[in-house]
Amino acid sequence: MQFEPVIGLEIHAQLNTKSKLFCSASTEFGANPNTHVTPVSLALPGALPVLNKRAVELAVMAGLAFGCDIQSRSVFARKNYVYPDLPKGYQISQFEHPICLGGAVVLAELNKTIDITRIHMEEDAGKLVHQGANGISGAHASYVDLNRAGVPLIEIVSEPQIQSPKEARLYMERVHHILKFMGVCDGDLEKGSFRCDANISVRPVGQSAFGTRTEVKNLNSFRSIEQSVQYEIDRQISVISSGGTIIQQTMHFDEERGETIALRSKENAHDYRYFPDPDLKPLIVTEDDIASVRLAMREHPDQVLNRLTTDRQLPSHDVKVLMQDVPLLDLFESTCAIAKHVSPKMISKWIVGELNAELKLAKKTTVKAHDLAQIMQALAAKKLSSKMVKDCLPKLVQGVSYDILSDMFGDGQVSDMDQLHGWVDAVMDEHPDVVKKIQGGKVASANFLMGQVMKMSQGRANPDAVRRIILDACARA
Amino acid sequence: MGNILGVAKKIANKDCSCEQVVRHALANVTTDALGLNAVVETFDDIALETAKKWDQHIANGTAPAYAGVPFLIKDNMCLEGAHVTCCSAILTGYKSPYTSTAISRAMDAGFIPIGRTNMDEFAMGSSNEHSVYGPVSNPWNTDYVPGGSSGGSAAAVAAGMVPVTLGSDTGGSIRQPAAYCGVVGMKPTYGTVSRYGLVAFASSLDQIGPFGQSVDDVAIMLEAICGQDPNDATSEKLAVNAFSQHVSMDALSGKRIGVANQLMSDYVDADIRSAVEVVMKKMVDLGATVDFYDFPYIEEALATYYILAPAEASSNLSRFDGVRYGMRHMNADSLGDMIKKTRQHGFGDEVKRRIILGTYVLSSGYYDAYYAKAQSVRAVVTEAYAKLFREFDVLCSPTAPSTAFLKGRHVDDPMTMYLSDIATIPVNLAGLPALSMPCSLSSQGLPIGLQLTGAWFKDHDLLNVATVLEDVLGFTQRYPFSVPEENHAI
Repeated sequence: MQFEPVIGLEIHAQLNTKSKLFCSASTEFGANPNTHVTPVSLALPGALPVLNKRAVELAVMAGLAFGCDIQSRSVFARKNYVYPDLPKGYQISQFEHPICLGGAVVLAELNKTIDITRIHMEEDAGKLVHQGANGISGAHASYVDLNRAGVPLIEIVSEPQIQSPKEARLYMERVHHILKFMGVCDGDLEKGSFRCDANISVRPVGQSAFGTRTEVKNLNSFRSIEQSVQYEIDRQISVISSGGTIIQQTMHFDEERGETIALRSKENAHDYRYFPDPDLKPLIVTEDDIASVRLAMREHPDQVLNRLTTDRQLPSHDVKVLMQDVPLLDLFESTCAIAKHVSPKMISKWIVGELNAELKLAKKTTVKAHDLAQIMQALAAKKLSSKMVKDCLPKLVQGVSYDILSDMFGDGQVSDMDQLHGWVDAVMDEHPDVVKKIQGGKVASANFLMGQVMKMSQGRANPDAVRRIILDACARA
Repeated sequence: MGNILGVAKKIANKDCSCEQVVRHALANVTTDALGLNAVVETFDDIALETAKKWDQHIANGTAPAYAGVPFLIKDNMCLEGAHVTCCSAILTGYKSPYTSTAISRAMDAGFIPIGRTNMDEFAMGSSNEHSVYGPVSNPWNTDYVPGGSSGGSAAAVAAGMVPVTLGSDTGGSIRQPAAYCGVVGMKPTYGTVSRYGLVAFASSLDQIGPFGQSVDDVAIMLEAICGQDPNDATSEKLAVNAFSQHVSMDALSGKRIGVANQLMSDYVDADIRSAVEVVMKKMVDLGATVDFYDFPYIEEALATYYILAPAEASSNLSRFDGVRYGMRHMNADSLGDMIKKTRQHGFGDEVKRRIILGTYVLSSGYYDAYYAKAQSVRAVVTEAYAKLFREFDVLCSPTAPSTAFLKGRHVDDPMTMYLSDIATIPVNLAGLPALSMPCSLSSQGLPIGLQLTGAWFKDHDLLNVATVLEDVLGFTQRYPFSVPEENHAI
């Protein structure tokens, strides 16, 4: 019997806000435990949640990026359960009335679209660190760090239309790319800003009814989603084929062993006793609010990709780098806008190549577009040579402005023919033996003469022009 | 102790210092001459430090209006550096690191918090007999309960310990003890006073409100503490907040007063019905029209409250799990065991009863039949009030069907206890402003309270009507219990 997998994914993405969803505590990662807390995120007696406006904007942005229906009225609900990383004893989420409905994720490589069921907002829980074991059972102590408690999340729920581990991976990558590109989520998988739960079941090919599903939780890498989904599909098929039945349960993926391990049985699914949170008013998003978000939001990556590839005709390598590095992309666009008559291809080449390398070395993300634009313009007008530009990049990255940089090169590159001829003649006179070598066919020796001209001109001679003059002169002499 | 303005004036005139006033109040509270057990703990350090600060300001001429006037806060309100336990074992030893907005505003106006008052545990009760600190006595007769849940706050004001106290009202917890103790107590329109720092019982019903011996004192305190708060999403912007400003003594002229038939039925003590009838006549004398109306949803309102309030409470009290603060049961062999035992030993019976009830009505399979249905009924009740307020300006009724009862009488009979809130509960469901003021004494010499209910955000109008009535009713048979001579100094 042939089986087909049915997969649905729930992605949890942390929204890129400065403060938490319901209080002013910082969302910054890595602080000392329990320092990014307020009475609200500690769930002290008497504390009340107050909604973070920016979080709503980012949630709407995500909804727009995936073509969802933004709901004019959504409701925060309490999801009640007890766990030490959940200080209030309930999580504030959205249940019956989420902020977005519908939408889709396009997987271009597979010519396939996966529909989204809904996107809702909710707060993250804190973290537990166990001593003496990997989990709560067996640990002799567990430490509770509430820094993460209250960080804003959106949960993106897909329809169960994903049909293979590869599709699951592509879906996760695609959603990750879009959210990161749009600035909704920083997409840092290591820090846990972006996590995925996979709901997996199998059924005989041709059957329309769903099989029993299991849920693999907290997948935080593209590799692990593909591996875990594959493993679980194989496991389920194996169980059914040998006459067994699938138990509905929650699983954890053990990366080392490459296996899914059951966490707890979901047979008696937890009753969360959802009810609308009486501390918060219903969330109203008006058409004007949506319009504001649209205006402020970055272009969809697909549109940018199109512009870079089709309009600007950049080479695919450049496109790839720019699409993965939003600050560089912004620098590119800003520089092109200022240096209107300079070839975008040239600007891109410098940004993606030499400048990017310098930035990474200096651990910076960008430079001032105004300064870069002037450098590019000077290069295009041959006022500066390529070598000059390359040499000044480290300083540019340090923040030195174009005005000061250009002073370094004095009057810049010299392209005046008379002056160049003068230097070449002088150098050829000094080294007649090298001239002879060039005339004898050793063209490479021209480099030596070039070096001498550069020395004499203090690096300002236009190297391409000098080279031509040397070769011509040698040919004529 | 005199009223707010009296005390403030003495201080402003430098007849006495803030420190003297505070020391005097602390002494009275600590002595507890009548043995009321109304105050759980005094905040000597905070109070004296604040008093000294205001004394400086008085000397410099920079003190706010009510500098030095002492007040007490119910044990469910947070004050930075002070214990707050909701009279529950589960919060033993807990000190709040922040101050509630309401208290903060009162302090900005010069009021000095000198201690926390006894209450029914987590505000669940109508007699102040469910407290880990023991019951509170009614100053009029210490065999009787003061009412609840803000029993301590009501009793303290009745006994003259301080001019004003703060309580909280979810189903009548300010108004009913105000009635039983013969003082004025007000629950403002929902959203008028910030709930930030008030330990939540039922979030959509709770409001903080003042107790005083006069309507004036209640109005002054309400004005000080009210106003929208960015820390409370359910607090509202107020169009009118000058509650201490009188309109005129004409306040009842042309007013349409409504009285519910159901609240003047045989279920209510005869004494109380007579007292309210006297008030109704006086209102007519003052130029108002008084008419009876039918409020058909009284019983449904009570049932609705006892579904919604426990439901919200069951969730609000989930945070008390022994993990981060308060009591933690140490003799446990697992996390689940620790949490269970902490809550088992930390919560009293009435609290457990309501948590179980609340959890039940929210649970899968019952949510629609109970919780969802109760929400619909709540909307019906609210709409009924909206209709009433097209016809009437103020509604008038007894605050409670009986006067204070003997201690121990109903403590094992929750249903009868719940029924004592029949006149007050519907008001919370709708979020309306309401106050209780003393109008007379029963044949047993116990205070009878009159409840006045206003339309949404018409708190000022309500206070004006009450001021006029207070003047006319002359509830002068006050406080026959003796306060020792030496404590009359202020």
